[in-house]
Order: sequence, then C-alpha cells, then structure tokens
Amino acid sequence: MSNRLTNILIPVISVLLGIIVGTIIMLVSGYDPIAGYSALWQGIFGEIYYVGETIRQVTPYILAGLAVAFAFRTGLFNIGVEGQLIVGWLAAVWVGVAFDELPKIIHLPLAVIAAALAGAFWGFIPGLLKARYRVHEVIVTIMMNYIALHVTNAIIRDVLTERKDRTDYIAETASLKSPFFEALTDYSRLHWGIFIALLCVFIMWFLLEKTTRGYELRSVGFNQHASQYAGMNVNGNIILSMVISGAFAGLAGAMEGLGTFGYASIKGGFTGVGFDGIAVALLGGNVAIGVVFAALLFGGLKVGALNMPLEAGIPNELVDIIIALIIFFVASGYMIRYLIQRFSKKGVK
Amino acid sequence: MGFIDILTILIPSTLLWASPLIFTALGGAFSERSGVVNIGLEGLMVIGAFSSIVFNLAFAETFGAATPWVALLIAMVMGALLAVLHAVASITFRADQVVSGVAINLLAIGLTLFLVKRIYGKGQTDIISEGFGKVDVPFLNKIPVIGDIFFSNTYWPPFVAILVSVIVWFIMFKTPFGLRLRSVGEHPMAADTMGINVTKMRYIGVIISGAFAGVGGGVYAQSISSDFSHATISGQGFMALAALIFGKWHPLGAMGAALFFGFAQSLSIIGSSIPLFENIPSVYLLIAPYVLTILALTGFIGRADAPKALGTPYIKGNR
Repeated sequence: MSNRLTNILIPVISVLLGIIVGTIIMLVSGYDPIAGYSALWQGIFGEIYYVGETIRQVTPYILAGLAVAFAFRTGLFNIGVEGQLIVGWLAAVWVGVAFDELPKIIHLPLAVIAAALAGAFWGFIPGLLKARYRVHEVIVTIMMNYIALHVTNAIIRDVLTERKDRTDYIAETASLKSPFFEALTDYSRLHWGIFIALLCVFIMWFLLEKTTRGYELRSVGFNQHASQYAGMNVNGNIILSMVISGAFAGLAGAMEGLGTFGYASIKGGFTGVGFDGIAVALLGGNVAIGVVFAALLFGGLKVGALNMPLEAGIPNELVDIIIALIIFFVASGYMIRYLIQRFSKKGVK
Repeated sequence: MGFIDILTILIPSTLLWASPLIFTALGGAFSERSGVVNIGLEGLMVIGAFSSIVFNLAFAETFGAATPWVALLIAMVMGALLAVLHAVASITFRADQVVSGVAINLLAIGLTLFLVKRIYGKGQTDIISEGFGKVDVPFLNKIPVIGDIFFSNTYWPPFVAILVSVIVWFIMFKTPFGLRLRSVGEHPMAADTMGINVTKMRYIGVIISGAFAGVGGGVYAQSISSDFSHATISGQGFMALAALIFGKWHPLGAMGAALFFGFAQSLSIIGSSIPLFENIPSVYLLIAPYVLTILALTGFIGRADAPKALGTPYIKGNR
C-alpha cells in the first residue's frame, strides 16, 4: 500500500478508534451511545445556529493547529500555543479597548497585528533560548504558558481594570463581529475571523512550499547539520520558525478577543484551544490543508458536545476523552502503520 | 509580627505545598531517568486527586481517620494504571513521548470530569470530611524554637515525602535496580548489550512515575483542595516537572527544588498577611518557579544535563 494512502488512513482509523472507544465508555457508564452520537450530530448540523457556532469554534482551532504544525514542520515542538494565544488575546483586547477614536480600517488591523506580535514575542523567547543555549523548547514553552496565564491575569486585574475580573468590551471599531453572518446563522457568534484563518492557511502553505525561506525552514527541520553545511543560518531559522508559529497562535487569541468574546477575562486555567491545536496539527498531518479538516472535526466535536448533556444527558467531557484518545492513536501511528502493512501484504498473497 | 511568628506560619505551609510536588517530581525522576519524557505528570496527578477524593467520600465512615492514607494507596494504583497507557504508547508503539504525555493530560481531565458528573451529577465533588488534618509531631515538637516552627500544627505528608525522597535516592544510586534504570536512560543500546531488558526497565520507570504522581495528586486533593473539580490540579504536575529539571534529575535535588517551589506557592497565597512580603505583587511569586526553571535550563543557575537518551524510543538493532 502506498505511503501516501497510509498517511491518510492513519488519521481516519484513529478517529474511528476514538469513536469506538467513546461508544464503549458510554455503554459501560450506562448511557445510550446512539442517543449520544445523534445529539452530537444534531449539535453540529441540527440548526443553522449550530453550524455558525461550529465555524466560529473552528477559526481559532485552525490558527492554533497552524501554529503547532508550522513549528513541527521545521523540527520544533511548540507546546506554548496556549500561552501565545493568551497573550495574543490580551494584546488584541488591550488595543481594542485603549483606542476609541481610530477609524475601523486602522483600528481593527492594529488590534490583529498587536495579537500576532504578542504571540510572536512569546514564541521568540523559546526560539532564542533554543538557538542560543540549546534549551529544549518543549519545557520552555510549557513554562511560558504558565507565565502567560499569571501575567495576563495580573495585567487584567491591576493595569487594564481596577481589580475587576474582566476588561471592558472592545471598541466597535476593533471588533470582528459580523451582523451579516449573525443574521445568516440565526444570531450565532460567527465573525469575520474565519477569513483571517483561511488567509493564514494560504500563507503557511505558500511560505513553506513556494519560497526559498520556507525551503530553508523545512531543511533545518529535516537535518540541522546538513543545512549548516549548505550555508544556511540554522539559529536564525529556528528563531524565525518559533516567531511565525507564535504569531499564528497570537492570531488565534485575537479571534477569541476580537471576535467571539469582545473582552479578556481572568482565567483560572487554560482555554484548552492551544492544547487541542496539537491534536489538530497531528491529525492534519502538519500540512496546511490537513489542519483545516482536522480543525473542522475538532470544532464540530466541541460545539456538538454542548448539545449532549441537554439532549442525551451525557456529560460533554466525553468528547474531550475522545479527542485525547484520537491523539493517542495518531501518535501511535507506528502501530497502525504496521497493522496496515500486515493486512495489505496478506491481501496480495 | 516577629520573625519566629512568620516562620511558624510560613514553614508548615511551605512543607504542605511542597509535598505533592515532591512525590510527583520523584515519580518524574523514575520515568525520565529511564529515558521516557513524562509531560503527563499533570494528568497522573489529576487521576490521583480524583480517585482519592472519590474513595475518601465513599469510605470515610469505614476507615475513619485512616481514610486519607488508604485513599492514597488507591490514588497510587490509579496513577500507575493510567501510566501504563503512556508506557504502551511511548515505549511499545513508539509514539512521540511528548504527544503521548499531552494526551494523558487531556484524557485524565476529561475522564475524571466525565466520571464526576456521572457519579455526583454536578461539576465538582463534595468536601471530604476526613482530610490530612493538622498534627503535632510527637516528641519533636518539644524541641525549643525548632519544634514550634517545624513540628507543631503541621501535617504528616511532607515528612513522609522527605523520607521517601531519601529512599528513592538510595534506590536510584545505591542499588543494582537503580543502576539499570539509569543506564537505560543514558545509553539503552549499551544496557541492552549487557543483558538489561530496556523495554521492561522503561515500563517499570513509567509505571512507578504514575504511582508517585497519583500519590502527589492524592496528597494535594486531601490536604489542600479537599474536593475535586476541573481546577483542583492546575499546573502542579508541570511544576513538579520543573522541580525535577531544576533539581537536575536527582531525587534529592528535585526534593529541594520542590521545597523551594512550595515556598514560592505558599508565599503567593499567605504573603499578603506577612509584613515583609505584602508589597510584592503576587504575580511575581506565582511565576517564580517557571522563570527560575527557564533560567536554570539556560545555564544561568548551573548546567542541568538531562539523561542522554531522554525522549528517544529504543528500537532494537538500530544504531
């Protein structure tokens, strides 16, 4: 069986296995899986409102997935998407709240760029430490997540507000909200951000596949030493990769801050979007278009899950379990690949 | 408020906050010394916290004052069971160890919240009645000054944790088992050549790490949070991982780092009531462990070298 087909089969089989285990869990805990999955299905496609909400949820997933996938393609593991997302969220809202005299054509791009820059900065630090001191980016990005969480909370509490739990709403001129989409989808929170996300999908594909810089970035990811001998600036490319990855993640934060919520609030814990971004990237095979499909799946699962407690009385955490299992199965792709090869060989004989 | 008074508040609190970190970091040492990255410590703590609270609520009347200790055993078993999943994925199925760890974290929080809602019909459990209460350590609390600071009005788990760290140090550095475990993490092929079963040693390392992290979660839940919800374990697992790195993958070093992080955590909580610290914004204390870990890794606080084979699956016959 061709390698390409196997690469597509692994995510598909993983999703199926995840759903099967989800079924088993529902059966064991005394729920009706058919009711559960039909509630899930209804929660995604049942009403035009749900469809709008699904696409809204898919938007940050695409960007978070791109962030992880971009770093991955260049040999880096960015677990810090969550932190980069949070600082991006705050930066966007900060710009959105602080200026209220600007026209929309300046204000909105400014807020979006602020988010990308904040995320890029949060990615720059682990990138720099990796390039300069050979510190493993996994640990640094995890630590940066917690630093982001606590620092943004402190800024919201003490700088942006006077000991309140959330900031004011952003100015209308910085908002991504779309009355058109809202009317179209029965007043869901769907906003213009989806176009920013799709633009980024194109940017990532174009940058990695069609430019010299992208070739260098991938080359450094494949083999640092060979790239070094070929005269590439390995350290510079490592930093650049983390910066771009962080910028994608920061934009994911802007989607939440400028589109969905319109404010930033004190967080007791992580949003989870950044961690789900790892799953999205893995399932999407770390390519731009794959990320879109994986984001659609996870966004749909997350939004659809909200319907499960209402209609089938099943806790929506079931979907988190399924997502975690899908990550397990995709990560254990070696085993699935092995089994596929075994079966296909038998088919030939 | 006198200096001694400050210490009598601060030290028991430091010890209390440090003890879950110590247990979990020691667990991390077993896994990482065998060459398997364990980012899943957080999730393993979640399982420990959850199972200990559920057990505690269900059996408080049967076991009375011994309940929290029995619950720790349950947490230990549950942590070990979840760790088996990480072991299978990252050792046998050669999954990326970091990805598998992330999956463990997501799975643990999803599964436990699912079960909490299934069992109790709401997002969090009730408060337990039999926790690790405050105690005066017999005899030692009679020592002048030190007795008041360290051994009065304090808790048992920290002392157990410190004792266990010494035992772990002994096992890891003074026994054949420890030597094998470490060799598998440094140079698995050499170890394999010498007849050590790399896969088996790594499985043992990861499963022990789950058991310890489960205990860590159980200690945290039963002495600090007293119930279980989605926010019960929020970063302690990663902080334990930080302590392990900060302590240079050495059990006693990890214990020391955990004590320091416990100090930072308790300062950020009770600092506002202590004259010396009331002006420091708590955010600095909250981020201190993470910033320090980054600095330690960068080499500003002495070089920390990870086990050589950390993060790479061992494939027999590959050079």
